[in-house]
Amino acid sequence: MTLSLAHFLALGAILFTLSVVGIFLNRRNVIVMLMSIELMLLAVNMNFIAFSHFLGDMAGQVFVFFIMTVAAAESAIGLAILVVLFRKFDTVDAQELDSLKG
Amino acid sequence: MKTAYLLAAFAPLVGAIVAGLFGRQVGRTGAHRVTIAGVAISFIASVWTLFDVLQGNTFNGALYTWAALENLSIEVGFLVDPLTATMMCVVTSVSLMVHIYTIGYMADDPGYQRFFSYISLFTFSMMMLVMANNFMQLFFGWEAVGLVSYLLIGFWYTRPTAIHANLKAFLVNRVGDFGFILGIGLAVAYFGSLDYIEVFAQAPEQAGTQLSLWGDAQWSLMTVMCLCLFVGAMGKSAQFPLHVWLPDSMEGPTPISALIHAATMVTAGIFLLARMSPLFELSDTALSFVMVIGAITALFMGFLGIVQNDVKRVVAYSTLSQLGYMTVALAASAYSVAIFHLMTHAFFKALLFLGAGSVIIGMHHDQDMRNMGGLRRFMPITWITFLIGSLALIGTPFFSGFYSKDMIIEAVRYSTIPGSGFGYFAVLAGVFVTALYTFRMYFMVFHGEPRWGRAQHGHDDAHDGEHHGLGPDDKPQESPRVVTVPLVLLAIASVVSGAIAIGPMLFGDFFGDSIYVDDRHVAMATLAEHWHGWFALGMHALQTWPFWLALAGVVTAWFLYLVKPGVPAAIASAFGPVYRLLDNKYYLDRFNEIVFAGGARLIGRGLWRGGDQTFIDGLIVNGSARLTGWFSGVLRLTQTGHLNTYAITMIIGVALLMLFVILPLLRG
Amino acid sequence: MSALTALFYVFAAMAVFGALRVITSRNPIHSALYLVLTFVSVAAIWMLLKAEFLAIVLVLVYVGAVMVLFLFVVMMLDINMDSGGRGFWRSSVAIFVGIAVALQLAAVLFLHFKGVWITDAPPLPADYKNTEALGSVLYTEYVYPFELAAVVLLVAIVAAIALTLRQRKDVRYNDPSKAVRTRAADRLRVVEVAPVVRAEAAPDAPAADAADGGPAK
Repeated sequence: MTLSLAHFLALGAILFTLSVVGIFLNRRNVIVMLMSIELMLLAVNMNFIAFSHFLGDMAGQVFVFFIMTVAAAESAIGLAILVVLFRKFDTVDAQELDSLKG
Repeated sequence: MKTAYLLAAFAPLVGAIVAGLFGRQVGRTGAHRVTIAGVAISFIASVWTLFDVLQGNTFNGALYTWAALENLSIEVGFLVDPLTATMMCVVTSVSLMVHIYTIGYMADDPGYQRFFSYISLFTFSMMMLVMANNFMQLFFGWEAVGLVSYLLIGFWYTRPTAIHANLKAFLVNRVGDFGFILGIGLAVAYFGSLDYIEVFAQAPEQAGTQLSLWGDAQWSLMTVMCLCLFVGAMGKSAQFPLHVWLPDSMEGPTPISALIHAATMVTAGIFLLARMSPLFELSDTALSFVMVIGAITALFMGFLGIVQNDVKRVVAYSTLSQLGYMTVALAASAYSVAIFHLMTHAFFKALLFLGAGSVIIGMHHDQDMRNMGGLRRFMPITWITFLIGSLALIGTPFFSGFYSKDMIIEAVRYSTIPGSGFGYFAVLAGVFVTALYTFRMYFMVFHGEPRWGRAQHGHDDAHDGEHHGLGPDDKPQESPRVVTVPLVLLAIASVVSGAIAIGPMLFGDFFGDSIYVDDRHVAMATLAEHWHGWFALGMHALQTWPFWLALAGVVTAWFLYLVKPGVPAAIASAFGPVYRLLDNKYYLDRFNEIVFAGGARLIGRGLWRGGDQTFIDGLIVNGSARLTGWFSGVLRLTQTGHLNTYAITMIIGVALLMLFVILPLLRG
Repeated sequence: MSALTALFYVFAAMAVFGALRVITSRNPIHSALYLVLTFVSVAAIWMLLKAEFLAIVLVLVYVGAVMVLFLFVVMMLDINMDSGGRGFWRSSVAIFVGIAVALQLAAVLFLHFKGVWITDAPPLPADYKNTEALGSVLYTEYVYPFELAAVVLLVAIVAAIALTLRQRKDVRYNDPSKAVRTRAADRLRVVEVAPVVRAEAAPDAPAADAADGGPAK
C-alpha cells in the first residue's frame, strides 16, 4: 500500500505509548526513566518531521532542531543530577528517594 | 449672670482637678483649701442666682454644641429657673458644709486629697445635672454622680465589704439607667429633640399617642415614657425594689453618706420627676405607679429602721423612707411640696449623718449603737444638734420637717388618683414608725447608761480592722470645731428653713413655669384653700393625726429603750419570724443574690461551656483545625516522595486532558 | 509495494522493537544500546522523508553524544542489575494508562489523518538540499530562538559542571573572604604574666646575669 501520513504518525504514537509505559514500569531505575523521556521526545520529533514533509513547511524541522538541542541539554543535566544522587545515596533506585514524603 | 452660672457649675470642677491630679504637689492643706474655695464660690454664685431668679429672670441657652446630628443637636446648656436655683442652693450649701466637716473627719486618712477631689467632682456633676437644659446633659450628670458615688462608696478600696457595696450601688443604678435611657430614647423618637422646652411644648399634642409594645396591646406614649423615666428615678433615688444599694452604701465615709446619700444624689430622681412635671401630668397611670412605689418605700423601709444596730444604717433607712415620702408627694402632683421636703430633708438628714459621724469619731470609729449610751454628757454640741435634727425628722411642729411632711400628708389626702388611699395610709403610719426608730436611735446613743465598757461586736458588724471602739477606761470627746460648726449651721437651717420657705414656695408663685400642674390634679389647689400661714399651721398641728402619731412613737421609744430595756428583746423573740424577716431586709438581698446574680452567673457559665468552649473553641476553632488536619492527612498520601509517583500522576493528568480534547473530535 | 514503503516498514519495525527492549531490559546497558538502535532506525526513516540533515544530526548528537553520555554514566555508577523493570504486566495501572493513551492517539489518527498519501505531499525540486532549506529559514526567521538555544546549551554546561564538581581534598589554599573576615581577637590573645622574682638573698655576678636573663624573657 502507499505510504500515508497516518503511517508515520502511527509510528510516533507507538513510540510515545511505549515510552509512557516505560515510565510506569521502571519505577526503580532512574536511568531507564531518563531513556524513556528521550524516547518520548523522539516520538514527538517523528510527528514533526512527518508533518513538515507532508505540509511542505520547514517550520516543523526547525522545531525538531530546537527540540533536539533542549533534549540534549536536559539529558546532560539529568545525568549530572543522577551522578550527584548516586554519590550521596549509592543507588539509583527511585524508591529510595522519599525524603520529601509528606 | 452667665458668669454666675459658669462659676456655679465649673468652680468645683477646677477644685476637683487640682486636688485630684496635683494632690501630692499641693499637699493636704492645699487640697482642702482649693476645693473648699471652689465650692464656696459655687455656693455664692448659686445664692446670687437665686436672688436673680426671685426677681423673675430665667435663662435657657446652650453653651456649646457637643455633636450635631442630622435632626438632633446635642448641646451643653443651662436652664436656670426657680426649680434649678433651689436645687443649686441646696446642693452647694450641703456640699460646703460637708467639705468643711471632712477636714476634721478624714484628718488621719491617707487618701485625704483624693476624697476632697471626689466630693468636689460630685458637686460639679450634680450641678451639671440640675442646671441641664436637655436630656443628654441630664444623663451625663446622672451617670457622673453615679460614678462618683461608686468611687466614694469604695473609697477604702482595700475593704472587701466596701467593694461589694460600691459594685452593688453601681449595678443597681445601672438597672435604673436602662429605663432612663429608654425614656430618653422615646423622647427623641417621638419628639425629635433632646431639649426640655421643645419636648414640653410638644407634649400636649402627643398626649393621646399610642404605641404598641407587645402584640396588640396599645399603651399611651406618655405613660410608657414617664414609667421609663421613673425607673431611672427609682434607681437613683432608691425606691423599692431598687433600694438595696443604699444601706450598703454606708460603707463609705460618713461625709459622703451625708452629701450623696441623703441630700443630693438620691434627690436627683425627685428633681427629675419635678422637672418632668409637664410630662407626668399627662399620665395618671404613671402617677399611680409612682404613688404606690413611693408609699411602699416610705412605710416598709421605715420598719427596717427599727431593727438596725448600726447608727448609720438607721439614718440610711430613714433616708429611704423619706425619699418614699417625696415620691408620694410627686405622685400627688404636689411637686413643689416634694421639692420643699427635699430641701428641708437635705438639711436635717445631712445634720443627722454628720452628727452620727461626730458620734463615730467620739466612739473611735465604733458604729454599733449597743456600745453607746449616755453620750450627751460627753458630746454636748453633737447631742443638741442631733436632737434638733431628730425633732425635725419626726415632724415636730415649727421645725422644718414638720412643714414639709405635714404638707405631704395633706397633699396625698386630697389626691384623687388611684392608689392615693394606700399612699395616705402609708405616709400616716410612717409617721409613727419614723418617730419610733428615730428616737430609739437617739435614746440608745445619748441617754441611758454608758455601755462601751462591754465592747460588743454584733454579727452584723461588717467593718473589720477600722473599729477599735472604746475601752472601759476611755471617754468619748467632743469633736473639733471643723466638725461641730457645720452641725450647728445645719441645725439652724433645720429649724428655720421650713417656716420661712413654705409660704412662697408652695403657695406663692415661686416655681412659676418650672413646674406644671394639670387642673385635674386638685391636691395643691385644695392645700392652698386651707393655707393660713406658717404659724397657724403649727398651732393647728395639735389637732391632726400626724402629731399624735409622732408623739406616740417617741413615747414608745422612750418606754422600750429607757424605761424597760428588756422588752425589745422579748418582743423580738415573741415575733420571731417577723423579726427575722426585718433583720434580713425582707430577704430581698438574698433574692437578688440568688436570682439575678446567680442567674447571671449561671447563664455566663452555660454560655461559657456551651457557647465558648464547646461551640467556638471545640467546633469552630479546634474543629476547623482538626478538619484541616484530617484533610491534609488524606492529601499527604499523594506526597509519596517518589519520583515515579509524580511522573505517573503527570501522565495520567495529560491523558485526561487529551480526553477532553479528543471527545469533541470523536463526536464531531 | 514500493521500495519506500518496504524500507519504512523495516525501519519502523526495528524502531518499535528497540523501544520495547529499552523498557523491558533488565540490564541498563542493554537498554541504552537498544535506544541507540531506535534512534538510528528513526534517523533512517527521517532520511526517507528527505530530512537528511536532521537525520544526521540525530545520529551525531543523540547517538553520538547523549547516548554515549548515558553509557558513560551507566558504566560509571555501579548499578545494581537486579533493580530493573521486573515483570511487564505487573502494574495494572501501567497497562490501563498505556492502553488509554494508545487508544486516544489512534482515535485522532484514524479519524483525521486517513487520506493523506505520500504522493500528496508537495513536490520537492530535484536539487533539494535539506541543509540549505533548513539554514535559509533558521538564520532568518528563527535567528532569535537560535541564539536562545545557544544560551540554553551554555546554561546546561554550567549547570552540569556546577552540580558534579568536586573539590580536590588534598589541595590547601586560603579562602580570601575568610582571611579578610578574621579578627585579631580570634587569633591573638595578650596575657599578662607577673614576673617571677627569685627569692635568693645575695646573688653572685654570674648568677645575677642568669637571673636577669631568665625570668625577664
